[in-house]
Amino acid sequence: MAMVKIIYEKCTLCKECINECPFEAIEIKDGRLYINENCTLCGLCVKVCPEDALYKEEKEDFKTNIDHYKGIWFFAESRDGQLSSVALEMLNGALKLKKSLDEEVSGIILGNNVTGLVEELGKRGADKVYVIDDPALDYFQEEPYAFAMAQLIEKYTPNIVIAGATMMGRAFIPMVAAIVKTGLTADCTGIDIDEETKLLLQTRPTFGGNLMAKIICKNHRPQMATIRPKVFDDAPLISGKAEVVVEELDKSKIKNKVTFCGREKIDNIVDLQESEVIVSGGRGLKDPKNFAIIKELADALGGAVGASRAAVDSGWMPYPHQVGQTGKTVKPKIYIACGISGAIQHLAGMQTSDYIIAINKDPDAPIFKVANVGIVGDVFEVVPALLKKIKAKNS
Amino acid sequence: MNIIVCIKQVPDTFEVKIDPETNRIVREGVESVINPYDTYAIEEAVRIKEKFGGKVTAVSMGPPQAEKALREAISMGADEALLLSDREFAGSDTLATSYILSCGIRTLKDFDIILCGRETLDGSTGQVGPETAYHLGIPYITYVSKIIDISSGQIHCVRLMEDHYEELKAELPVLITVIKEINQPRIPSLKGMLKAKKAEVGFCRCCDVEGEKCNFGQEGSPTRVVDVWTEQLQKEGKKVEGEPEELASALYKELEDLGVV
Repeated sequence: MAMVKIIYEKCTLCKECINECPFEAIEIKDGRLYINENCTLCGLCVKVCPEDALYKEEKEDFKTNIDHYKGIWFFAESRDGQLSSVALEMLNGALKLKKSLDEEVSGIILGNNVTGLVEELGKRGADKVYVIDDPALDYFQEEPYAFAMAQLIEKYTPNIVIAGATMMGRAFIPMVAAIVKTGLTADCTGIDIDEETKLLLQTRPTFGGNLMAKIICKNHRPQMATIRPKVFDDAPLISGKAEVVVEELDKSKIKNKVTFCGREKIDNIVDLQESEVIVSGGRGLKDPKNFAIIKELADALGGAVGASRAAVDSGWMPYPHQVGQTGKTVKPKIYIACGISGAIQHLAGMQTSDYIIAINKDPDAPIFKVANVGIVGDVFEVVPALLKKIKAKNS
Repeated sequence: MNIIVCIKQVPDTFEVKIDPETNRIVREGVESVINPYDTYAIEEAVRIKEKFGGKVTAVSMGPPQAEKALREAISMGADEALLLSDREFAGSDTLATSYILSCGIRTLKDFDIILCGRETLDGSTGQVGPETAYHLGIPYITYVSKIIDISSGQIHCVRLMEDHYEELKAELPVLITVIKEINQPRIPSLKGMLKAKKAEVGFCRCCDVEGEKCNFGQEGSPTRVVDVWTEQLQKEGKKVEGEPEELASALYKELEDLGVV
């Protein structure tokens, strides 16, 4: 079995590796260093060892014939018969990879009465679109969607498959990876092609956003990743036309043990992960009624309302608005934190936003550490004054 | 009703801090805890048992120390616990982990519902639940926010999507992953803690499960971590102080430059 190996003659038991390991995988047993089952082979210990007493032993696992896997695929997520913005973002991501890997870019569309969505993808640069249009795919359900995508992958053998790390993507893509027996990297914030090996380099935050990891999938195909919304912009319009490949859904493997009974729209919620602007409120708002000014500011900026865990746990805002470790991870262009102190749980969910503005009375609030602009002031004074200015401009 | 709850022991990242000098994670004094999302799964499992009768078995894969997390699950109301622990399991990615879990769950024979947390605090992939369901050949539902009923071999529940809730029914056995909204986990009772102390945790090694060894550990893991680093996300920019009116003006200017007003 391959793992991190120890050269005992070199090890001085300095404990550097033990302190560095985020997974508590290294301990001292009977006076010797011991690597336990927690090891994820991340290699941090190898990097920090001052004595070069540790090394990663890579075992070449058996190689299936993977040379015929060609093409960069992206899942063109649609909801209610409309392409999601994340579909165009994934297309842009795929086009970016195409620059370093000269392979066709193809979209996958799954749903019922969705063939019409093909055109948009062609206009934005997709070479090909694979469509499975079937009443069984009318509502999103993990199993039929996973088998539909796996069926396309098994038949057309793509090299790379990417999908948005939306709730839908994160719900069914793992099953696809398990069916076709390949690796899947979740929630990437960056993808690239390694110049030399031509492998997909997948970068993702881990450990509550405190650690970044680069992951590859060397000997299995396709190389699969889900990518956070808003990592890429929408693919721009060019005049293009995609070749369309329509496939019948193979229902033989689908057991369909889940039935859809209905849905309930959540009032006043804009999809946080798809929003370019998010205005969030925290404990500093003191009262649920005060979320009105947050809502007003979000509306004025064309954005969505977020909330800290403290605000959600106090019952001021419903859970779907929660940003942070036990809520949503967002990456808008602009994130405005109002009366949020900036606990690490909250930072984990928003610190990769492009531009962060924080408004807080306490000049020492940790939120200022991640903010591009920190406004040291009272939310109840600053926000209404700001709204007045915006209104004056608009009228 | 045989209920299984899959849990993971994770370092409490709420306590994790970055040393600004070395840019490294400071681990000292950081305790290992049950993955917070899994506590909702344990609580829901216990509530199902309380309502419909049956038995709750907590299952985990990890080093021998993970026994502590399983005992905590017992203190919250789980009846039995099983730890899958073997050096052969080390280096597992989500595909291998889910395969090993499915092998471990099979040794328990009968099960009606498997509960998992939405994702873990450390890896945050949310992949192990769905992949485990696939390996077991059972349906699964992600992001469950409410269980309405369990009757006549079916579970009736609600799950959260981006902008709506969905009501679904699924045939048992089923695997569900749960979100925070589903309940408020209980604090272990004194009686629970005493029970946890005395309870016997089952140990399952590589040789105790039926499964292809080539699917375990690093060998069964298609993905490889090739690099890790701590990123300096702290961007501490300019701080503006002054009267509310000045602050609003500065903010307005900022938003104007960003092109949103």
